[in-house]
Amino acid sequence: MLGKLTLDAIPLSQPIPLIAAAVVGLVLLGVIAWTVIAGHFPYLWREWITSVDHKRIGVMYCILALVMLIRGFSDAILMRSHMLFAYKAPGYLPPEHYDQIFSAHGVVMIFFGAMPFMIGLMNFAVPLQLGVRDVAFPTLNSVSFWLTASGALLVNVSLVVGEFARTGWWPAPPLSEATYSPGVGVDYYIWAIQISGIGTLLSGVNLVTTILKVRAPGMSYLRMPMFCWTALASNLLIVAAFPILTATLAMLALDRYLGFHFFTDSQGGNSMMFMNLFWAWGHPEVYILALPAYGVFSEVISTFSGKPLFAYRSMVMATMAIFILSFMVWLHHFFTMGPGGDVNGVFAITSMIIAVPTGVKIFDWLFTMYGGRIRFHTSMLWSLGFMLTFVVGGATGVLLAIPPADFVLHNSMFLVAHFHNVMVSAVLFGAFAGYAYWFPKAFGFRLDEWWGKVAFWFGISGFVVVFGAFYILGLLGMTRRMQHYDVADWRPWILIAGFGVVLMLVGVVAQVVQLVVSIRRRESLRDETGDPWDGRALEWATASPPPVFNFAAMPQVHGEEAYWTIKAAAREQLSLRNEPDYAPIEMPINNPTGVVCAFFATLIGFAMIWHIWWLAVLGFLGAFATFVVFAWRDKAEYEIPASEVQRINRANRTTRLEALQGVGRRRAA
Amino acid sequence: MSATASPGLAPGHDPYHLGGSRDGRGDSAATGRGAGGPAPKRIVVAYGFWIFILSDIVMFAAFFAAYGVLVGGTADGPKPQELFDLTHVALETGLLLLSSFTCGVATLALTARRMALFQAMMAVTFVLGAGFLALELKEFADLIARGAEPSRSAFLSSFFTLVGCHGLHVGIGLLWLLTMMAQVLTKGFRDDILRRTACFALFWHALDIVWVGVFSVVYLLGVIA
Repeated sequence: MLGKLTLDAIPLSQPIPLIAAAVVGLVLLGVIAWTVIAGHFPYLWREWITSVDHKRIGVMYCILALVMLIRGFSDAILMRSHMLFAYKAPGYLPPEHYDQIFSAHGVVMIFFGAMPFMIGLMNFAVPLQLGVRDVAFPTLNSVSFWLTASGALLVNVSLVVGEFARTGWWPAPPLSEATYSPGVGVDYYIWAIQISGIGTLLSGVNLVTTILKVRAPGMSYLRMPMFCWTALASNLLIVAAFPILTATLAMLALDRYLGFHFFTDSQGGNSMMFMNLFWAWGHPEVYILALPAYGVFSEVISTFSGKPLFAYRSMVMATMAIFILSFMVWLHHFFTMGPGGDVNGVFAITSMIIAVPTGVKIFDWLFTMYGGRIRFHTSMLWSLGFMLTFVVGGATGVLLAIPPADFVLHNSMFLVAHFHNVMVSAVLFGAFAGYAYWFPKAFGFRLDEWWGKVAFWFGISGFVVVFGAFYILGLLGMTRRMQHYDVADWRPWILIAGFGVVLMLVGVVAQVVQLVVSIRRRESLRDETGDPWDGRALEWATASPPPVFNFAAMPQVHGEEAYWTIKAAAREQLSLRNEPDYAPIEMPINNPTGVVCAFFATLIGFAMIWHIWWLAVLGFLGAFATFVVFAWRDKAEYEIPASEVQRINRANRTTRLEALQGVGRRRAA
Repeated sequence: MSATASPGLAPGHDPYHLGGSRDGRGDSAATGRGAGGPAPKRIVVAYGFWIFILSDIVMFAAFFAAYGVLVGGTADGPKPQELFDLTHVALETGLLLLSSFTCGVATLALTARRMALFQAMMAVTFVLGAGFLALELKEFADLIARGAEPSRSAFLSSFFTLVGCHGLHVGIGLLWLLTMMAQVLTKGFRDDILRRTACFALFWHALDIVWVGVFSVVYLLGVIA
């Protein structure tokens, strides 16, 4: 009846996961209980859970990402603190638990921290920057989000029910095969990633279609803000790369469930094929994450330097070059497979070439700042921190791309330092920069600057200390994923890395405090006009938070930097554009298809993990029924009357006009 | 806010040095491509579905690649030329290609708003697709009965997965086909139903294209080798 699921699945003998899970569970239950008792649930259901508004979905993606980043960071704290006690000693985490923690850390950070954050920012900002009302497929967007949340839920359920994979963040066979990993850990991995992967793929399809087919009139390709270009490249990569991951994990699942021989290294199977397939997805994935972050930096640096982006066309070229090249370097993840000098040589050269367009971007950002009036807002600090630290990560990447060097450094702490160096400084700093930059657009008030700067300085110093120490540990010969060690030379650097984590923890706490403080002081941080940073793209042309329809009338784009052009004219004449002719607007109706569908997907995933076949069938029927019910609806859109559009738009015009008159008064004085 | 009401843009505002600016307000006649505003819903939906189909084909490409790598991994078990029966496969191919034709006729019937013809052609498409699926399942059953089951060798694992994945797509397509018949029957020729049926047709034809790949790479090459 319940497949492999018995009471033994709950790790009653292991206090750490149990306590962690109990705390998380209590907090979660507490939050749910509070929302229900305080009567917020109907509001949440109507306005958020069932929302098909790209802005709300983007915000929910970012909230999921922030929560998961904290989860992943707590794994990191466990690992680093364990290592403090693991010198000539077993430490406090038994090996089988330690292995689960480093696996979960990678999975959570990549799939449920970094990915949702980037997709959330794209979801939120891209339609606004393109000057349109929503993404191409609003309900599909909601399905994507909730499938991602479903995957995140499954990974966290593995804390309490059963176990997580002990294979590392990529489940390398034959270790991940049923022979060597008979438990449910790898199955949790497979189904969590498959479900959230479908969500990611659908979100990629959605955003590609949006960027290529749904733009405001006049918004030609070479007038799109840089963030839209990087989002386009990133989502094209999602569409081209995620199906490979789906296929690869399907093969691994068939090996495990039905005794197939794809990767078993017996009966003709080939485990290196897994490596090739996995990294054919995995390397593009690096750029799926990094490219949107590059877009955020482009927006932030241009805005806070008060200048147009330098050499926009070279930036577009560099973005698309990275998009193509990212599919040609995957083999550098396993030079040590031994495919021969020629093959390794080719991939070494392509890996070095891909650093060139990234270098072009760095120079473009530098020249954007050159001669500008730079304002050191938190998001600008994150961008500058990125540029400084990312160059080091890029340089060590080129170093690792040399096969003879890679043979020495492969799977060492140097490698761990390298990929954290690039992932944290590009993706995480980019995410934080985007968070600080677009927060007022999403909520109508700015984030507190002082706490933001505290978070930045502690975050970046902790990051440099931890991964600086990792580089040195790697050069001293320490390999990754060690559960304990007895080399005296490593000891000081491990202690330093432990101290670095404390600094990062202060940064994380400051980030949380910043949010709390900002919410409490929201009246004084209010963004009245909708353009708090003197921005240049169309998202700043509407109110903060934008009305559900984004723009009262679809903007007509004239020239590059769509909003800057409008604003420059307004400042010159000290008057706003003429009021548009208000017309009723049709918007899609919120519906629970996404959340219901994800509920059934979670059932399918859980059932497959525990071999509860009847439940899997039930889940599939439920999901199909959900789609049929959705497809049967007769009314997909509702109408916002012209008078309501007028009222909302006039309110924003009033504050903007006041701001403009302020400019006029200052000019007169 | 209309196209004409953009007075006083900074003259020659051309921050990205894209040239143009011939009308003196940075609003060059040469706006570049894609300045026409949002595409109509029909285009957007079909375009999005094309992107999805391309992603699906990438997934098949991964299974094809795996088959290409593992086809030699027979582990002293049966080899492709000992297993495949081209007559059987030709019959399967015939059914599937024919179903694509009837699906095309159904699309035309929809455009002509001829309900009875549409339903009839979709029903024929269903029968042909189900026939294809039945033949494929029979082939699988025969192979397994002869000891050539997927767990026998890596070659057979990748064969069953590649062909089975296509079969799974046909199965889901059949489910979708029935849904569309019911939708057109109850909802009539509504715009959203027409768009959805167009997507279904795209899906069904794409399965044909994938099958041509399966037929050539798996069966034809298998028998020749």
